[in-house]
Amino acid sequence: MGNNLTNLTIAEARDGLTGGDFSAVELAEVHNKAVADARDLNAFVTETPDVALSAAKASDARRAAGDVRGPMDGVPVAIKDLFCTEGIQSTAGSHILEGFVPEYESTVSQNLKDAGAVMVGKSNMDEFAMGSATVSSYYGNTINPWKAATGENAGKDLVPGGSSGGSASAVAARLCLGATGTDTGGSIRQPASFTGIVGMKPTYGRCSRWGIVAFASSLDQAGPMTRTVRDAAIMLGAMAGHDLRDSTSAPVETPDFESSLGQGVKGLRVGIPKEYTADGMPQEITDLWAKGAEWLKAAGAEIIDVSLPHTKYALPTYYIVAPAEASANLARYDGVRFGLRVDGESLDDMYMNTRGEGFGEEVQRRVLIGTYVLSAGYYDAYYVKAQKVRTRIAGDFNAAFEDVDVMLAPTAPSPAFAIGEKMDDPVAMYLNDVFTVPASLAGLPAMSVPAGLSADGLPLGLQLIARPFDELTLFRAGEALEQAAGFDLPIFSGGED
Amino acid sequence: MSYIIQGDTGDWEVVIGLEVHAQIVSNSKLFSGASTEFGGESNDHVSLVDAAMPGMLPVLNEHCVEQAVRTGLGLKAHINLYSVFERKNYFYADLPQGYQISQFAHPIVGAGTVILDMPDGSTRPIGIERLHMEQDAGKSMHDQDPKRSFIDLNRSGVALMEIVSDPDMRSPEEAGIYVRKLRSIVRYLGTCDGNMEQGSMRADVNVSVRKVGETDLRTRCEIKNVNSVRFVMQAIEVEAQRQVEIWESGGEVHQETRLFDPAKSETRAMRSKEFAHDYRYFPDPDLLPVKLSAEYVDAIAATLPELPDEKKNRFMTDYSLSAYDAGVLVVDQDTAAYFEDVVRSPEKGKTRDAKLAANWVISNLFGALNALGKSVTDSPVSSQQLGQLLDLMADDTISGRIAKDVFEIMIETSRDPADIVEEKGLTQITDTGAIEAAVDDVIANSPEQVQEFKDGNERIAGWFVGQVMKATQGKANPGMVNQLLKEKLKS
Amino acid sequence: MALDQDTVRRIAFLARIRVEDERLDQIAGELDGILHWVEQLSEVDTDGVEPMTSVTEVIPALRSDVVNDGNCRDRVLANAPDPVDGFYTVPKVVE
Repeated sequence: MGNNLTNLTIAEARDGLTGGDFSAVELAEVHNKAVADARDLNAFVTETPDVALSAAKASDARRAAGDVRGPMDGVPVAIKDLFCTEGIQSTAGSHILEGFVPEYESTVSQNLKDAGAVMVGKSNMDEFAMGSATVSSYYGNTINPWKAATGENAGKDLVPGGSSGGSASAVAARLCLGATGTDTGGSIRQPASFTGIVGMKPTYGRCSRWGIVAFASSLDQAGPMTRTVRDAAIMLGAMAGHDLRDSTSAPVETPDFESSLGQGVKGLRVGIPKEYTADGMPQEITDLWAKGAEWLKAAGAEIIDVSLPHTKYALPTYYIVAPAEASANLARYDGVRFGLRVDGESLDDMYMNTRGEGFGEEVQRRVLIGTYVLSAGYYDAYYVKAQKVRTRIAGDFNAAFEDVDVMLAPTAPSPAFAIGEKMDDPVAMYLNDVFTVPASLAGLPAMSVPAGLSADGLPLGLQLIARPFDELTLFRAGEALEQAAGFDLPIFSGGED
Repeated sequence: MSYIIQGDTGDWEVVIGLEVHAQIVSNSKLFSGASTEFGGESNDHVSLVDAAMPGMLPVLNEHCVEQAVRTGLGLKAHINLYSVFERKNYFYADLPQGYQISQFAHPIVGAGTVILDMPDGSTRPIGIERLHMEQDAGKSMHDQDPKRSFIDLNRSGVALMEIVSDPDMRSPEEAGIYVRKLRSIVRYLGTCDGNMEQGSMRADVNVSVRKVGETDLRTRCEIKNVNSVRFVMQAIEVEAQRQVEIWESGGEVHQETRLFDPAKSETRAMRSKEFAHDYRYFPDPDLLPVKLSAEYVDAIAATLPELPDEKKNRFMTDYSLSAYDAGVLVVDQDTAAYFEDVVRSPEKGKTRDAKLAANWVISNLFGALNALGKSVTDSPVSSQQLGQLLDLMADDTISGRIAKDVFEIMIETSRDPADIVEEKGLTQITDTGAIEAAVDDVIANSPEQVQEFKDGNERIAGWFVGQVMKATQGKANPGMVNQLLKEKLKS
Repeated sequence: MALDQDTVRRIAFLARIRVEDERLDQIAGELDGILHWVEQLSEVDTDGVEPMTSVTEVIPALRSDVVNDGNCRDRVLANAPDPVDGFYTVPKVVE
């Protein structure tokens, strides 16, 4: 029974709960157990089985009283540890926030709570969401449940991607039915691709950033990570909504995303941006991309070649803008009001000791880069220049969306790699995000859908990008891709005896 | 009236620009719903946003925007329909975010003017470079504990306007008049209470000196956080003197931030930092640019009160007041209103003597209020009552001299002047027969003085007036007394 | 342009991050690599292009001027490392 329950999709769980096939408490219990049994993945910084159980009990009680709050009511989810959760430690993967117990609940996690979702734990992540492998967490790296069958990494522990690697591994390993992620430059989509799940970054402004530890404010966006496109649509519906406490939250209605499903893609114009290639990208990814285009064409879509000429400049632009914003966003971690304090002789000593010990290497590197590019004499050459290029990149998309409704591209230039790889060269690690960053810079909704396996048997995702606030089209195309790909997420051993 | 420092090598002039930080009158903070109320228990007027908790976000207070625009309009300044909040990055104990949200490249208000009313009645325009909105910091307290400083964030996030002048002022006096005028304007507008004691207004003073005749500016120093008009003037005086001495002894003034110590009447450099500040301003991505419409600005302009300069001109034109009197009366809106109430007669279409009203308000009322430590709004004598007193003089019920006595009683008792006059029997004697009798009596009893008068000492006429007034307990109409004395002494 | 130790030291102080001297060279190298890599942006013609300040073009809702927050000292101080009598504390500042 337990095995069956962890294999459910959110849509199936909804139907099962509605039909009385099982209770929310049963769902919570099997997932609590799955979480506990899969500790070797290190997908969670904090497990919250008691919170899950009491939320599930409340859900069952509501249901018994005829008060069901929607499709997420009673559904076990993981919450990335970047979301502040009231009364529950929220670390952002950092030593500097160890023991920090917020007095408040982020808007998105509150929305999920209000929708009846059941939190099983706070998922692991790269420190302050800076990373593409979940290897920079102070709480240890997360392991991808997938193993390569062949090739140089056969049998090795692989990274789940990042920064939302804990959420990705948890969803892939069936420790929860869905998870929240945040995506600044690809932190939802790239780990989704690495773990064979659906990862969706909504339009900037769709989900409130209030209560989410900020990395790069102009880019950060929360989104769902699930095992199906339908689940992503359901879960996003519960997360999204205008929030007066976030000035960048868009005052738009949240549509019924699930309603876009089942329509097919007949007549949909799908753009293939020719610039989405990278040096050394395996042929199998190029091939999968072509296959994806064929699938959509076969389903009735029109395939159109488009050009996004500034694509290659997106990543360096991102690595100026995001660190610059981060250098200011992380200034509040100063040992005065919360989190770690390492004492010092003077105020400056205390600051430097606290931040020197509290921040890991990658975070320090990015804060230093961000400080440098904003400093006197360099601001125009780096920061202003990057923001101008960003305008160009957004302009590319605007122009291309004159001719197409959605774009198809690879999510990442490689499948999951082994833990320890790409650690010596920051730029090599940054290149993971080469295909995800452009949509982030333009604030566009984008989604990774598992589409196939590499030669070594590792999952590969394809990315869809749509116009601002046109998530409906994104889900519609995503569903077509999902159906055509027929991707099968294995049931990993270890989660169940 | 120019302010010159005479040095050993020649005459020096001082060049002054001011950055005035004025707290915006608002209920809640610039970016949070916490109270702006002065005082309170430590960290009580603090929200999670003000404490810069992880994930907290600023949301702009619309009233503060309106107040800034209103102030800009009051400064006859250009209102920028597009302005941007930026982050000014530096670490300090009372700056919880690690940056101050401020406006930098795109302030909400651009160039404007403040007119100084000089004591000689002349005016002098001072350029305003810009006005921008920003957050106040919290407060550090250093005396509570031997090893620690205590931090209170109650003020953290309170909305400020920074009003930056051009370096147009040339004397401490001008700087003082400028601050007072600015305070008068913001008080008229209701955008800042101008209360310097509570820190609602404070100034950073930029001072440099140069030889008279030089056109380039020399290096300036910035004196931070001066919190009274008097200190602004003193700080400029001692700082200018200091700089002149440095230049004249062959040294060089270094650009630096200094503090004014009123006890020692000196400025001194703030502890120099290991590295110079590098604020790394960039647009705050948590806040979108502020975009205003021309209609929005026009609507605010339509609600602007008559400002001191316009009021002063009107007082000079409508009431024929001197520039000085008009300037004094309009400094404060309540005073100006009080004065106009005094002038306004309850009889339709009639006004009282405005010059007389101005004199009474400026000399008698201000004097009495000062002595009582009261303001015009809680004056024991209402504008109506003062008007009635003027009426009693105008219709010769009482003389000006008696009026002063009546006014004193009014200040003490808040009673109507007519009641006082009646009760004390102070009604002026205008009966010619009665006055004539008194005059005759005095003349008859003062043969020596009469002789002196006849010998050509006309000044003694005043002595006779005094005697007659004494005899009538001051109630005789002074004009009639004069007239009769003149006739009778010469006869 | 190669970053020197002094620049790294200055930047690290601006960011208030303790960087031990033995790490300066390594960090200088890493930062230099990243900066060198991002300098390819100079190839892009951005004449007459406005720098982006936000991807959203929505007019944000502003706050009404009402007091509806604060008065929560306990929550504000709940996570403070060394609070005393309702204050945060820091090592003594001499100014």
